[in-house]
Formats: sequence, structure tokens, C-alpha cells
Amino acid sequence: MAENAFLKEVAEKKYAYGFETQVETEILDKGLSEDVVRMISGKKGEPEWLLNFRLEAYRYWQTQEQPSWGHLTLPDIDYQAISYYADPTKKAADDGKPKEIDPELMKAFDKLGIPLEERMALSGTAVDAVMDSVSVKTTFRDKLAEQGIIFCSISEAVKQHPDLVREYLGSVVPYRDNYFAALNSAVFSDGSFVYIPKGVRCPMELSTYFRINARGTGQFERTLIVCDDDAYVSYLEGCTAPMRDENQLHAAIVEIVVGTRAEVKYSTVQNWYPGDAEGKGGVLNLVTKRGLLKGDDSRLSWTQVETGSAVTWKYPSCVLQGNRSQAEFYSVAVTNNFQQADTGTKMIHLGRDTRSTIISKGISAGRSQNSYRGLVKVGKNADRARNYSSCDSLLLGSKCGAHTFPYMDVQNDSAVVEHEATTSKISEDQLFYCNQRGISTEDAVGLIVNGYAKDVLNKLPMEFAVEAQKLLNVSLEGAVG
Amino acid sequence: MLEINNLHASIGGKEILKGINLTIADGEIHAVMGTNGAGKSTLSNVIVGHPAYEVTEGSITFNGQDLLAMSTEQRANAGIFLSFQAPTEIPGVSMTNFMRAAVNARRAALGAEALSAGEFLKLMREKRKIVELDAKLTSRSVNEGFSGGEKKRNEIFQMAMLEPTFCILDETDSGLDVDALRIVAEGFNKLRKPETSAIVITHYQRLLDYLHPNVVHVLIDGRIVKTAGPELAAEIEQKGFDWIKEEVGL
Repeated sequence: MAENAFLKEVAEKKYAYGFETQVETEILDKGLSEDVVRMISGKKGEPEWLLNFRLEAYRYWQTQEQPSWGHLTLPDIDYQAISYYADPTKKAADDGKPKEIDPELMKAFDKLGIPLEERMALSGTAVDAVMDSVSVKTTFRDKLAEQGIIFCSISEAVKQHPDLVREYLGSVVPYRDNYFAALNSAVFSDGSFVYIPKGVRCPMELSTYFRINARGTGQFERTLIVCDDDAYVSYLEGCTAPMRDENQLHAAIVEIVVGTRAEVKYSTVQNWYPGDAEGKGGVLNLVTKRGLLKGDDSRLSWTQVETGSAVTWKYPSCVLQGNRSQAEFYSVAVTNNFQQADTGTKMIHLGRDTRSTIISKGISAGRSQNSYRGLVKVGKNADRARNYSSCDSLLLGSKCGAHTFPYMDVQNDSAVVEHEATTSKISEDQLFYCNQRGISTEDAVGLIVNGYAKDVLNKLPMEFAVEAQKLLNVSLEGAVG
Repeated sequence: MLEINNLHASIGGKEILKGINLTIADGEIHAVMGTNGAGKSTLSNVIVGHPAYEVTEGSITFNGQDLLAMSTEQRANAGIFLSFQAPTEIPGVSMTNFMRAAVNARRAALGAEALSAGEFLKLMREKRKIVELDAKLTSRSVNEGFSGGEKKRNEIFQMAMLEPTFCILDETDSGLDVDALRIVAEGFNKLRKPETSAIVITHYQRLLDYLHPNVVHVLIDGRIVKTAGPELAAEIEQKGFDWIKEEVGL
């Protein structure tokens, strides 16, 4: 028992973002129905076409069943026991003037290392801060607007740039795509909208920080990034949530459209609350992310460091439609204690001379299960398409699992598809060798894990890479020894 | 000063060391020779704190500190260094990052500040030269793809970086050709300070020709059965161990 208590302490100490912010929050009653969908749409003052989009998605969702093909044990989700809308900014007066931000919210984001005062911000990064269902603040909007860049919450984009949103929303991930995509399309709340006009190189990193705060709620973020011809943007996404002993649902959609010769880099450091050492609580992270490489010579890369969530089910994917388009997927997924991850990517080659690269590094510790699942599809017109995939698994301890599920569907004879996979383990000998040189076991695991993951970490923007490195270390605290 | 008193140690319930007594004063080099399976590597593993071995009786003190109460890394940071017989490979971890973590851990234990990246790289360059270690090796992963000789040289290089006060060379001469042996042994001599003491485990005279031990011990069946001056090593190389076994009635 004493040992259990100790383990629990270690497991919970390591999650530094588990605090709850006391802020007056308007929470919709629990449950999901057409009325709830209408109510969400109404709160946001949405046009009719969007309400109809939501209702169609909702009706479709009702006809579907939760998918069970993942290598996961999903707890039963009672969709009627979740609140689908929580607004922590309600306190501010609704008189049309710019909302005063509750100082508690500012403090909360400060505590997370995300200052919302522009003068305090990390140089060169604009932030959209989303708590629960609402965007609290987006920084540097005016500065970006000078170059015609739109960076705002999607709710605002619906009001101010309805044509753009209408053109692209659901164009990459239709609501019929899957069960969770349908759910998101019905009830989605805030997320970010980015538009980079033709020929513009976005001068700063854009980032969205997602925070779940309210109890008994789900978060259904929706992000849409459109990078027009010859444009460039690097976008970062971070996520945390308080420690709670209930599971919280996060079902998001991210859609990206990349124009001719345009380039998008999308990086995620996902650190949702993973649950405690006994597997209680934690966020269920069920996410659909997809990019359409629409124009010729377009480029898209997904880089993800996944350390949080009780369950992760996500496959950031690329549709390589433009000729000579190039897509990359770099992933480090860490699971400890009772976490489960089933993650990977889909590379759909449609255009000629398209290239994709997949580098996946799974790290499993404790009693966790970590799976890579990937699809490489080469359509019949994708002459000379190339894919290289490399999937490595690192095991810490003997009670965890690592699995690889690569699928290939190649319909063009000139395509070249390569797949490599390795599984390794941190050995007692390696740890002893480090210890004998004066390096503690925790530091040794950190060195080995970071060494193992460095091909992926190197792809992250600098400041993010340092954070991610630290995060890997804390996520595995107590995993060996 | 390292003092071992009546040390008994076992692995997996099997007793390997059966009452070792050994005192090594500062600046002394003690050679330990013995038949295969006599417990030589067990002795070095127990001194540095390998978790697989259990000490069932006896004590080890190092400069007055109770070594057995200290963790492996605490012992290392107190100045104890083992040159491994078979150094482990650590893929993905560059020698540079590995060494930097080790050097800064040792410095922290000594109350010194961590070295800056520039200072550290300068130190690497200086020490590398002493054992004539190829610069390419320090940018590779720890021991990965190193030849047997390179691994041994890399051990002495690490010793140079960490400046221990007590070293154990566990068959550092095995797998080395004549030239490599000379470079490694001379490197060790250049690096050691007057107060540095060492245990040298070997089967052969040739390493000892360079290192000039003060004392030679013979370890058989978990006990030190004979201790004499450096001439004993030459005698063993000529005649083997049987005569010693007879002498002590084993």
C-alpha cells in the first residue's frame, strides 16, 4: 500500500498542469440532441448554412457506431452525460465592446507559460488561447493583418470571413469521415482559423493553446488552416487539462489546405492529462487531422509529440493531390502507466511524383499500450510516387506493449514504397553503465529517450523542441528502476 | 584510501566472494590476478555497486565513507571509476551528450558549476588527444560501432574526462594489440595524479609492465590467497596458478 501511495505521488507530481482555474463558466446542461446543436449554433450567432451543416452531421452521427478497430480499450462514453459547451468568458459584459478578459483567465494562461499580453509574449509567436469551448484571446492579430494574414478563432472567422470558412470547412474532413468527425462537426466549438494569402510568408509562428478547464465537459475544437499559393506558415498546437478522476472527451478536427508551391508545418505537443498511475481519469483524445496538398509542388509536414491523454486515437494524414507534392509525418508517442495510444498517419498519393516520409517513434513504459497504425495508399495515377516509412518502438520495462500496424495499398507499378521497423529496449546494462559514470537513472532514461527521439524533436521549432524534450523526461519519470 | 573488510557477496543466491580483505592506500596500484570465475569481475562490480550483486557480509569504505550505503552514481561521483571489460553500446546517445551529462554530474557532486558547451568541448579535445581517440568517435553514439580496441580506448578517455581518484581496470588489456595497449597504458599513466589509486585486473604481465603495480594479489575461489610484490605476476605468467593452489591447499 505504501508503495502504491508513493507511485501515485510520483505519477501525479509529474503532471504540472493539473490545476483548475476558478472562473465563472457558463456550462450548457449535459446531453446531446438537435436542440443542443441549435443552441450552440445560436450562441455563436451562426448563419443558417452552418447550422444546417451541424444538423446534418448530427443526424449522420446518430446513425453511426463508435469505431472499435483501434488497439485500444475505450471506456464506455455516455454521450448524454457530457456538456457540449462551456464558456469561461461569460462574465464579461455583452455590450458589443471588446470583452474584458477575466484576470483569472490571464493568470491561468500565464501559469501555463502562455502570456496573453503581447509585450510579454515569446518573440515571434502569435497565440490563440482557447479554454473549454471559447477562444479567450488571439494575440498579434493586427500585426498579422497588415500582411493580409487572418488569424482568429473559428467562431469569429464565421462572422467576419464567412465565404472562406464556407468554402473550406469540411472540404478536407467531411463530417461523414468517421464517427468522431461527425460528432465534432455537429457540436464543434472554438479552434483557430488561419488564412495566409498568396505569396505571403507568415512572419511569425502561429500557435493555438488548448485548455480544458470545466468539469464534466468535452472539448470539440475545430481548426482550419488555408495556405494559399506560394505562401508559408508554421503552426504550433499545445494542450493541457486539469487532473480529474473522470475521463474527459476531446474530439477535434484539424483541416489544412495547401496551395500551389505553398508550405505548411504543423507541430503538436499534446500533453492532456494522462490519468493517474492506476489509470483513473485522463483525457480521451479522439482526433481527426488531415491536410490536402491541393496544389502542385505543395508541402506539408505534421510533427507530433504525444505524451498526454489516457487514450490517443489520431492519424494526422496527407492527401497528396498536387503533382510533386511532398508530405512528412514525424511522431514521438510516449505512453506510461495505463495510457493507450493508437496513432500514425495516412499518406494518400494521388498526384504524380509525390513523395512522403513517415518517421514514427513509440516509447512505452509502465503497463501502457502503444501502437503505430499507418496507411500508405498510392492511387493509379500517382506515377513514380515514393514513400519511406520507419517505425521504431522502444520499451521500458516488461509490462508494456508496442504494436505496429502498417497498411499499404499500391495501385501504380512505378511507385516505390519502403517500410522499416525496429523494436528495442533500454537494458539494465545501459543504465548501469550510465550510473557508473555518475548519471542518475532518470537522467540516463532521459538521455536514451531523447537520443532515440531526436530525429523527430529536431523537426520542431527550437523553443518547442526544448519544451518537448523536458516533457519526454517528466512523462517517463519513475518509469524505470 | 579504499578498505575492504571480510567482504562476502553473491549473485542469484550463489556466493562468489567469500571474505575479501584489501586495503589500497592513495597512490597505490594493486594488480588482481586469478583463474577464470575466481570472482575478479564480481569484486569490481561490487565495489562500483552493480545492482545484481548482493553483499551478505563485510564492509567497503572509501576515504572513510561507507561505500555500500551509496548508490552506484553516488560512488561514481565520489571518484570511483570502472573501465569495463565489455563496454555497453547506447544507440542514439552521442558520446558528447553522454560525457557532458557525466562530467556535469561529477562537477555537481564536487560543488562545481556545470561547464558551458564551449568549455566542455575544449576539455573533450584536450583529453581525446591523450588516448589518441579519433574525433569521429566522440560524435558517434556511445560505443556503437566501435571496434574492441576503440571501446577500451574510449573507457580510458572517459576516465580522463572524469578524473577519478580510484580506478578499476577490468581486463582493459584484453582485445588490444601491442600498440593500442601501449597507448592505453601510457594514457593511464599520464592521467593519474599522485594520489590516484587503482585495481588492475588482468591475466597478463604486459599491461603491468607499463603500470608498475605496488602489489599483486591472487584471487582464487572468492578469496585472496596470496599477496606479493610485482615479481609475482611474472611468476604466474610462467607457471600458472596450480602451484599457488597447492601452496594454500586448495
